[in-house]
Amino acid sequence: MDSFQETIFKLKHYWSDRGCIIQEPYDVEVGAGTMCPETFLRVLGPKPYRVAYVQPSRRPADGRYGENPNRLYKHQQLQVILKPSPADIIDQYLGSLEAIGIDLSRHDLKFEEDNWESPTLGAWGIGWQVMMDGLEITQFTYFQQCGGVDLDLVPAELTYGLERLVAFLQGKSSVFDIDWTPGVKYSEVRLAEELQHSVYNFELADIATLWQLFELHEKEGGRLVESYRGYQSKTRFPVLAAYDHVLKCSNLFNLLDSRGAISVTERVGVIARVRKLAVGVAGLWLDQNAPVEAELAG
Amino acid sequence: MTALPLLLEIGTEEIPDWMIPKAVDHFRELVLHALGEYNLGGTLAAAGATPRRLYLIVDGVIERQPDCEELVLGPPASAAFKDGKPTGAALGFARKNSVDVSALRTQVTDKGEYVAIVRKTAGRDAAAILSEILPGLILKIYFPKTMYWTSRNGPFFIRPIRWLVALLGDQVIRFEIAGVHSGAATMGHRRLGGSVMVTPATYVERLAAQSVIVSPAERRRRILDGIARLTEGLKLSARTDEALLDTLVYITELPTPILGAFDRKYLSLPEEVLVTVMRHHQKYFSLADAEGRLAPHFIAVMNMDGDPDGIVRQGNERVLQARFNDAGFFWDMDQRRKLADRVADLANVTFQAKLGSYLDKTNRMVALIKELKGDAHAERAALLSKCDLTTGMVKEFTELQGIIGGLYARAQGEPEAVCQAIYEHYKPLSMEDAIPSTSQGWLVALADKIDTLRGCFQLGMIPSGSKDPFALRRAAQGVVRILVEANLPIPVSSLTQADAALKDFLLDRVRYYFKDVRGYRYDEVNAVLASGWDDLPAAAERLAALQSVRPTEHFEPLAASFKRIKNILRQAGFTGAGPVAEALLEAGPERTLFDAFTRVRGGLADLSHRQALESIASLRPDVDRFFDKVLVNAPDERVRQNRLALLSSLLTGFSAIADFSEIVTSS
Repeated sequence: MDSFQETIFKLKHYWSDRGCIIQEPYDVEVGAGTMCPETFLRVLGPKPYRVAYVQPSRRPADGRYGENPNRLYKHQQLQVILKPSPADIIDQYLGSLEAIGIDLSRHDLKFEEDNWESPTLGAWGIGWQVMMDGLEITQFTYFQQCGGVDLDLVPAELTYGLERLVAFLQGKSSVFDIDWTPGVKYSEVRLAEELQHSVYNFELADIATLWQLFELHEKEGGRLVESYRGYQSKTRFPVLAAYDHVLKCSNLFNLLDSRGAISVTERVGVIARVRKLAVGVAGLWLDQNAPVEAELAG
Repeated sequence: MTALPLLLEIGTEEIPDWMIPKAVDHFRELVLHALGEYNLGGTLAAAGATPRRLYLIVDGVIERQPDCEELVLGPPASAAFKDGKPTGAALGFARKNSVDVSALRTQVTDKGEYVAIVRKTAGRDAAAILSEILPGLILKIYFPKTMYWTSRNGPFFIRPIRWLVALLGDQVIRFEIAGVHSGAATMGHRRLGGSVMVTPATYVERLAAQSVIVSPAERRRRILDGIARLTEGLKLSARTDEALLDTLVYITELPTPILGAFDRKYLSLPEEVLVTVMRHHQKYFSLADAEGRLAPHFIAVMNMDGDPDGIVRQGNERVLQARFNDAGFFWDMDQRRKLADRVADLANVTFQAKLGSYLDKTNRMVALIKELKGDAHAERAALLSKCDLTTGMVKEFTELQGIIGGLYARAQGEPEAVCQAIYEHYKPLSMEDAIPSTSQGWLVALADKIDTLRGCFQLGMIPSGSKDPFALRRAAQGVVRILVEANLPIPVSSLTQADAALKDFLLDRVRYYFKDVRGYRYDEVNAVLASGWDDLPAAAERLAALQSVRPTEHFEPLAASFKRIKNILRQAGFTGAGPVAEALLEAGPERTLFDAFTRVRGGLADLSHRQALESIASLRPDVDRFFDKVLVNAPDERVRQNRLALLSSLLTGFSAIADFSEIVTSS
């Protein structure tokens, strides 16, 4: 039986063997691997790309003080992007399950409709949740739109929920009992973080400060987006730095939400503000990379 | 002409189960229609689907279209030939049709003689025609949501097309869609099968050998048989339902049910929660024991042929246990704050941007309950009805809103009438669903729906066509059903207030309800509603009476006479509704009719609707005789007016039950 980290090694190896760059986690807080620039920006435009990485993903509202065996404030996703998606993508995906020791002839597998949508990112796709013996182990999405833009090439995105998948492989009923590495439980590595962040997110986070931070990042991101047009050397322009501010806004929005500080009415408005920034950055990224596009077309 | 079987299979990645049956129907219609249009014959032998394929087998497709002759008419013969010589018109017509002018003949039609040619078209090979039309036809199959997968300019379909089988007999019909070329090879089960060559004759069995049961009916039978075997001798019965069965049929290629169990301790959680987790989240059938109580077992349906080591069962059991643990966690957390303490929190939950929070809605509902003279329990239930929206359980299982509120209220010691009313206040959720079972439940359900309707209509958010985001039709239908089925004589006008659009909207639902749900004929509904519908239970009674009297001897003829009366009055421009002057009545049929009318009308008050209608119908012979013998259009103007007044009295005197002139009669 493989440990948590051994399973991750195997998956990375598997996708590395299939032409993926193995990236490291992005260093700004995100709610999902999709939000990392390696996905959100790289899926735009006509340039093929293949990448895989583990991304710790923060969902403040899902925190349970480490008391719930299946819910986490922060969980690890293994994110794979294949752009464009190869015709045998599902077979490749099934191969990855075999690579981590799943005998497909002895397990039940179903693809259940589950279309993905992120209003904050102006992104959506068509896909499934992949169910293994009744457990959702992967989210599979064919992206159609990102940053409000119809995509030139349709990427396939595979998102493995690692805690869940490994708990399944190790036969554990609580993710905290997973062997991270032989002799070290998941709880020893992460329980304190779950507890402390839950306390902060639900009880101690200062709402006024969070709003201030949100507005600061929104302002700075917006300022950058606005100044692109007048900036002389487009290739030097910090589109990527502007995108970091989008991610900051998104995470602060999630924090405010878990703190119960955003009413449903406000919600729609705040999401629209973040989306406006995200769409703006996507547009800049495409423009900045237009020479690549021209080269590919020529 | 040789006739051959046609096999078409579209191989895709997994199609959403709920879209498949309609897609198969559409695919079949498109293909059969095209075969007919091109005179290729063919009768359907099989049509079906699995998650990964839509297929059709059509027998007797002719290999080659018959040659056809078609008559093409040209200019009139008189204009085409002058003195036996072709004119410009004839030459032009011949040129246009690429024939020599000598090929023109004359054709006699009912409009005269025309020149004409017979155009002969040689039949084409079916395979050639099909290879042209199939790509467009396949991409025309309707799906509610489609995607592109090659590039932005590529085709749209429900999921990527990965293979295509198109065979006429053993011959491949060649075409291509999105880089996929048609052929004779199909794919078996994703994990248990492989690629295999097929023909129309071997399609079903070759795929069966690759672990795919292509027939949906066959898969359904396999699931039901499997369930029967699993529960045999166990004193357990599976709660199978058609909707879940359909889902499982179309989410599997080789369905096999297995029986799993869960720890009895979870039975302390509400059955509603357990069943929702099993049925909606895990797609399991729940089971009942010999006494009909929920048993600690479930049936999952695998997409494979067996689970000899119990690995799949154990996996499903673990998932279910984790889900139940979650539910238990929410239950415990939610009990820390009572519903009654959550009312203020509703200020933070938006009902609709312009209609305020759920607290605002709650306050309006409580006020409505008071208006409707609800008791203290109904008021209490309205106050607590929306509080479960702030609980973890409802955030997780939104489909249990209301139900969770009712269960929590019970756990927190609220009176039973309050709990039940909260529990049922979203009912009826559909036409098949029952209305709430208690008087408090009726009022809370009404208050909830009426508040939503009033608010949305005030904002002009009126459903149009298929757009009805706030489910206002369902709300309005619920109002109508509760008023009628609970026999509540609450005036509709007091609910709609002065909102004419809302009143019209409800009237639509009233018509729909009586006509399409209760099965009354449209003219009966029109007749009864024309006499008023502010009191819906009363309208329902009048309708029942009308329906039962309608087949009796005199009723329809009398209704026809009423229509005649209406026309006479209209043609005469009669507007006066003054009393009939008895002195002007002529002895005989006129006097008799007046006396009968007076007698019948005087007696109506003591009669049931049915008796009243029978009594009215008994006037028929007198009315007939009047029309037979009496001239309404009397020379004496005063007599004429008096006769019109008599007819008018007949029409208005009985209009409280129904407007008989609305009844459509055969005479």
